[in-house]
Amino acid sequence: MRWLVLKWTSSVLIELVRSTGHRMNNALQTLGFSARFFMMILVYSGQSFRRLHLTIREIYFVGFQSLLIILVSGLFIGMVLGMQGYETLQRYGSSEALGVLVALSLTRELGPVVSALLFASRAGSSITAEIGLMKATEQLTAMDMMAVNPIARVVAPRFWGGVISMPLLAALFSAIGVFGGYLIGVVLIGVDEGAFWSQMQGSVDFRFDVWNGIVKSFVFGTAVSLISVFEGYDAVPTAEGVSASIKRTVVYSALAILALDFVLTSFMFRGV
Amino acid sequence: MPADSLVKITDVNFAYDDRSILKGIDMEIPRGKLVAIMGNSGCGKTTLLRLIGGQLKPTSGELLVDGQSVPAMKHDELYAMRRRMGMLFQFGALFTDISVFDNVAYLMREHTDLPEDVIRDMVLMKLNAVGLRGAHHLMPAELSGGMARRVALARAIALDPMLIMYDEPFAGLDPISMGVIGQLIRKLNDALGATTLLVTHDVQEALLIVDYVYFVSDGQIVAQGTPDDIRASSDPFVHQFVFGEADGPVHFHYPAVPFEQELMREVAGA
Amino acid sequence: MSRKLLDLWVGFFVAIGFAAVLFLALRVGNLSSANFAETYQLTAKFDNIGGLKVRGPVKSAGVVVGRVTDIRFDPQAYEALVTLTIDSRYQFPKDTFASILTAGLLGEQYIGLDAGGDEKMLKPGDVFAKTQSAVVLEKLISQFMFNKASETPDSK
Repeated sequence: MRWLVLKWTSSVLIELVRSTGHRMNNALQTLGFSARFFMMILVYSGQSFRRLHLTIREIYFVGFQSLLIILVSGLFIGMVLGMQGYETLQRYGSSEALGVLVALSLTRELGPVVSALLFASRAGSSITAEIGLMKATEQLTAMDMMAVNPIARVVAPRFWGGVISMPLLAALFSAIGVFGGYLIGVVLIGVDEGAFWSQMQGSVDFRFDVWNGIVKSFVFGTAVSLISVFEGYDAVPTAEGVSASIKRTVVYSALAILALDFVLTSFMFRGV
Repeated sequence: MPADSLVKITDVNFAYDDRSILKGIDMEIPRGKLVAIMGNSGCGKTTLLRLIGGQLKPTSGELLVDGQSVPAMKHDELYAMRRRMGMLFQFGALFTDISVFDNVAYLMREHTDLPEDVIRDMVLMKLNAVGLRGAHHLMPAELSGGMARRVALARAIALDPMLIMYDEPFAGLDPISMGVIGQLIRKLNDALGATTLLVTHDVQEALLIVDYVYFVSDGQIVAQGTPDDIRASSDPFVHQFVFGEADGPVHFHYPAVPFEQELMREVAGA
Repeated sequence: MSRKLLDLWVGFFVAIGFAAVLFLALRVGNLSSANFAETYQLTAKFDNIGGLKVRGPVKSAGVVVGRVTDIRFDPQAYEALVTLTIDSRYQFPKDTFASILTAGLLGEQYIGLDAGGDEKMLKPGDVFAKTQSAVVLEKLISQFMFNKASETPDSK
């Protein structure tokens, strides 16, 4: 009996080690391929920029078409910040600092992070779906057979469309969020308008706060776009494979955004 | 067979990892002819097309297209060769986000600097050849299976290729569409002076139009000949294939232990 | 959709995106007011800078005239070396007094400049002659206690 248990335990352990090793191997392989894929995108970008309308078209699909969700979410987040911020600040008798609170939260963190999360689920998933379906219906193979490089023709424009759109969307998100905070704080609650703006301007630094926020959103945009095109290109070419890839795009993008945000924040705002 | 071959395959082997797909294929496709490769599903027919198109490299053997070795080509040479090839994919693989017109115009716009009005004339000409000039404004989603296949055909011949390859052009079509596509394949080959390679398992349809047939089974060529040779063949594999018999050299059952033995084991295990 | 209409919408998108950046820079941030076009640098030495931070404001008569751009420790003199970047529009006399002050009771710390009466002006790179360090609460309290203690025998 003891011998049986021992045998069973050891076989489970061996299986565990084997499967972990196998997974590690797979993960490293995927990582290597994604790095090579990124290089290929950069190499073939020249070709795809020669046909600028391809990239412009993608900016329309991933940027312009995400406008509505970004603007509406930004407005609501700004209004919530206005309400919650006022609630807390007035306890310490400093409700004039509402502008500072709203603007700093948005430009430093919420603008880049929330808009990148929305972008990943709205635009990233559709990029993955599109490329994945093109792969599943052999359109990518067909292109390659027609001597048209699918990375230059399909992948790179979508990647750059995302990279260009993301900082603009994040800036719009922050701007409309500040406006939302203004609506609640000044128009509805009645915080002094002059104090709201002047304190905000006194404490928000362009290079330090606004520019760092833009840099963050650029990094997030690059990460989300890369994940989206990669998952689409790497999708198993079946309906199940594409849907699994879309799921991975959303999950990995969210994780990448939050992890990168931690890293960037600790570099940008350390000790100040 | 005439000496002047467009595609010449000598002792080609191909394997995915350690799974052998093609074993010692020898094949010649003469210029101007319509040659079919037939075989049951999963016998390596599509792999053969990909090898000729340079999307896969053979494990060993020689593969010449127009006198040049395909596996030895660099990326740019490969793309230059592919511009002279047309390929029709199994389900058409039309670009779903652009119209029928743009699908056919795609290659002309990608690979030539022709002015838009010349492209327009050429596209309408190609679409007219497949009988779909009137459908040029439709999106691929609005087409029936047979129409989509014909549009893909028009796209494959957009740049007047020297070699046209068809991967299962008859799959999933009704008998009328099948006849239409079959006749088109023959007519286009003769009209363009191209060479055609047809991969299919629709024997009856293919035998009506082709000049020469190769039978592939389990990665090897098991029979070849003109359609008349094939119909008259006494080879058991060809006979089974041509007449669609359920059992023969190609077995109905996946390899397994004898059924009785398996049943007994079931009882013993319980 | 025609390419012209598509270009139009993308143009619109990019334009409002840049408008948002501009809004953040000018209306939300302080690019318009506090980033000076032309600046010069001055140095001040303090025994103790308290909670002064890089990017803290430099004010004279309550108006922001510059920013703290660098804080370093001088290991020879055991002092803090603070670099101030001042807007070139403003010149200060040689005997200007630089002190570390606190905005409000618990607010941020800034450097206040009190102009003196000297004819000569501070040139770029000059060091303030007179400074006053930050007030440290513990020192203030202990000083107060010490004074109290020394007062007691006198009153007897």
